[in-house]
Amino acid sequence: MGKPTIPETEFTFPGSTGCPGCGANLVMRYLLKGLGERTILSIPACCWAVMPGYWPSTCLKVPLLYTAFEATGAAMSGLRAALDVKGIKDVTVVGFAGDGGTVDIGLQAMSGAAERRTDGIYVMYDNEAYMNTGIQRSGSTPWGAWTTTTPVGSTHGFKHEAKKDIMAIMQAHRIPYAATVSVAHPEDFIKKVAKAKEVKGFRFIHAMSPCPPGWRMNPMHVVEVARLAVDTHAFPLYEIESGKVRITRKGKGAPVSEYLRFQGRFSHLTDVEIAAIQKAIDENWQMLLAKEASGT
Amino acid sequence: MREVMTGNYASAYGAKLARAEVIAAYPITPQTSIVEKLADFVATGELKAQFIPVESEHSAMAACIAAQTAGARTYTATSSHGLALMHEVLTWASGARLPIVMTNVSRAMAPPWSVWVDHMDSIAQRDTGWLQFYCQSNQEVLDTIIMAYKVCESSGVMLPAMVVMDAFILSHTSEPVDIPDQALVDSFLPPYSPDLKIEVGKPMGFGSLVKPDQYMEFRYKAMLGMKASRDRFLRVEQEFKNIFGREHGGLLERYQCDDADVVLVAAGSVAATAKDVVDSMRAKGHRVGLARIRSFRPFPHDEVRALAGKVEGIAVLDRSYTFGAAGAMFTETKASAYSVQKRPVMKNYIAGLGGRDITPRILEKIFEDIQVVSKRGAEDEVEWVDVAGLPRRWR
Amino acid sequence: MTKSYEEIPLTPISDTPSTINLTGYWRVMRPVVDKSKCKKCTICWKFCPDAVIKLVDGEPVIDLQYCKGCGVCSFECPAKCIIMMKEGDL
Repeated sequence: MGKPTIPETEFTFPGSTGCPGCGANLVMRYLLKGLGERTILSIPACCWAVMPGYWPSTCLKVPLLYTAFEATGAAMSGLRAALDVKGIKDVTVVGFAGDGGTVDIGLQAMSGAAERRTDGIYVMYDNEAYMNTGIQRSGSTPWGAWTTTTPVGSTHGFKHEAKKDIMAIMQAHRIPYAATVSVAHPEDFIKKVAKAKEVKGFRFIHAMSPCPPGWRMNPMHVVEVARLAVDTHAFPLYEIESGKVRITRKGKGAPVSEYLRFQGRFSHLTDVEIAAIQKAIDENWQMLLAKEASGT
Repeated sequence: MREVMTGNYASAYGAKLARAEVIAAYPITPQTSIVEKLADFVATGELKAQFIPVESEHSAMAACIAAQTAGARTYTATSSHGLALMHEVLTWASGARLPIVMTNVSRAMAPPWSVWVDHMDSIAQRDTGWLQFYCQSNQEVLDTIIMAYKVCESSGVMLPAMVVMDAFILSHTSEPVDIPDQALVDSFLPPYSPDLKIEVGKPMGFGSLVKPDQYMEFRYKAMLGMKASRDRFLRVEQEFKNIFGREHGGLLERYQCDDADVVLVAAGSVAATAKDVVDSMRAKGHRVGLARIRSFRPFPHDEVRALAGKVEGIAVLDRSYTFGAAGAMFTETKASAYSVQKRPVMKNYIAGLGGRDITPRILEKIFEDIQVVSKRGAEDEVEWVDVAGLPRRWR
Repeated sequence: MTKSYEEIPLTPISDTPSTINLTGYWRVMRPVVDKSKCKKCTICWKFCPDAVIKLVDGEPVIDLQYCKGCGVCSFECPAKCIIMMKEGDL
C-alpha cells in the first residue's frame, strides 16, 4: 500500500466551476499544498476569477482578492505594503494569473513589481491562450496552435509567432528564484513551491496548465499531456536561482509528435510543420543545457 | 504653524497629517512635487508609510485598492492622462467601497498636449462613483484631504474621494497655509479600521462574480453611500470648524447670493477670482453673486434648487467640455433647477480650457451678459468664451 | 433568490464554501472503481483536479456529488481498475 507522496491537507473545496479535467484546478491544488494556510491570493480576470463560483461561493480555504485584468503585479505590491505597514509577518502574498494576464496585458505591472523586488510569488498558470474568454491567442500560445483568433484557413492558418519566453524575461529582471512546474510531477511542483516560499523577494512560478476545451483534447489526458510536454522538452522543468539555470528533470527527449497528437489544436499541422516545431524545441533545449553548463 | 507653500505641498501635508499608510504614485506634471514631498517625508521617517513607486497610474490605483482592502489607509495623486489611465480601476475602487483619497491636479487632456488647467480630466470621471471636491485655495486642499478621509471612511459612505485642484494656479502657486497640529488632526481623524478586510485566517473572496439577479442591489447600495455622503460631509465640516476654526463653504459655497438677481456658478480657482469681481460689481450697484461648486459629487442638488428659486439668471462656467448638449456642470445645475416653480434663465459659458486665462474682465462680461440674458432670454444656451475667430470680444 | 439590498454586504465578499455547487450533475461519464484490482497506490487521489477523491484505508472513495467525470483518475491508474461508464447505463 502506497503512502501519499504529497501533503494530504486540501486547501480547496469541491464545487469549483472549472471544466472537467481543468489543469488550472490542479495547479491551484498543488500550489496551496506547497504554501499552506498563511497565504493571500490576488487573482485578476481569468478562468480562476470565475472558478470559485458566483457570490457568495468560494472554493478556496485561503483569502482571495479579485482584481482588474492587468493589475496583478500592482496588487501584490499593494498587499505587501499594507501587511508591512501593519507589521503583519509570515504571510505569502501570491499573484495568481493566467498567461494572457501575465505575458500580455499584465506584463508591465509584473515587471514593475519584480523591479521593485516586491516580496511575493507570482504564479502564471499557462493554458496558452485567453481561455476564459473562449480560446483566443495570447503571447504565450505556441507556434502552430489553432485558436479562435488564429484559425486555420487558406490565407493564414494557425499561430505563426513563437511563444513568449517568460522565464527568460523574468531572468532578465534578476529575481532571486523562478521555476517551471508541471501538474504531471506534483512532488517536484510542491517541492519548488515550498522552496520559493522560503526565498525573500519577487519569485516567479511558471505552471503549464493543460486545458481540455482549449487544446481540443479529452480531459482524461490532462496529466498525460503535461507529462509528455516535459518528456518531449516542449515544456522543460528547470529553476533559475540567483540567475543560474538548473534543469530539474532531463526528460526522455521523446519526439514532439507524441505530445502534439493528443491535442486537436495541432491536428492541422503537416509533417513539415511538425518538423519545424521539433527543430525549435531541440534548439531551445540545447540553449537551456548550454545556459546550465555555463552557469548563467 | 503657518507657512507659505504651493498647493502640491499643501496636498502632501494633508496626506501626511491624515497618516496615510500606503502611498502608491506615478509622476505626471504638475502633480510631481506632491509625490516628491511625500517620498521625502517617508525617507526621513516623518511619515510612517510604505511608499510604492509604481510603474503606471493604473498600477498606482490598483496597488491602493489592494492595500486598502488589506486595511491600510491609502493615498495617491495624479493628473490628466494619469487619471484617464486609472479610469478602469477608479470604478473598481468605488464598487469595492474603498475610501481611498486622491489628489487630482486638474489638467487638460491631449491632443493637443497641454500641461495647463482645465477640468476635463476630472469631469470625465464623474460617473465612476468617486466623491469630487473642487478647491479654490491651497488651504482648502490641505483641509479637504483630511476631511475627505473622515467622510469616506464612515460606515454609511465607504466610497473614494478625489480632491481636485487647478494645475499650476494652485499646484505651483504659493499661498499662506496653516498646517494644523498633528495631535489635533489625530483627535479629529481616528485610524482606519474597516469591518472587513482581507487577512490570513479568513478565507473570503473580495470582489466576486454576481449574477444579473443580484447585481443591481450592490449598485443601489453604492448610490446610498453617495447620498449619505452629502449630510456626512456637512457634519464633518462642522466638526472640522469646531476643532480647527475654519471651513470652506459646505457643498455649494454661496458668496453674496442672498439678494442677488443673477449668480455665477463655477468651480476651482476661477471662483476665487469671481468673488473679487462680485465685490467690484456690487460697489457699482449690481446685485450679483457667486455660487462655488465645491462638491461636484455628491452634487449639491438641494442647494442649487434653493438658489434657483431665488434668482432671475444663472450663469454656469464650465472649465471643461463633454461634447453633450452643454457642459457638465451646466447640465447638472440645470437638472437641479428644473423642478423650481419659477425657473431662472440659465446660460452655459465654456471658458478657460487648456489653461486659457479667465481674467476678471472676462468674468465681468459674463456677469453683464447673464444680466442681459436674464431679462431677454438666451439666444444660445451655450457660449464659448474667448475663442479667436468668434465675433464676440472678451478681452 | 435575490437578496434585499439591506441583506447584502457593501461589496460582494464570498464567504460560503463552494460545496453549495453540486458539480456532480455535470457528469456524463462516471468513474467506477474495481476494488479487487486496486493496489492502493494513491495516484488517483493525487491527480484528481477537483480533489473529490478521499482515501479510506488507502482505497479511493469518489464523492459523486462533485465528481465531474473528467476521467483523469481512470487514465492515470496504473492498475487500470477505474473504468469510466456512461451515466445513463448505470
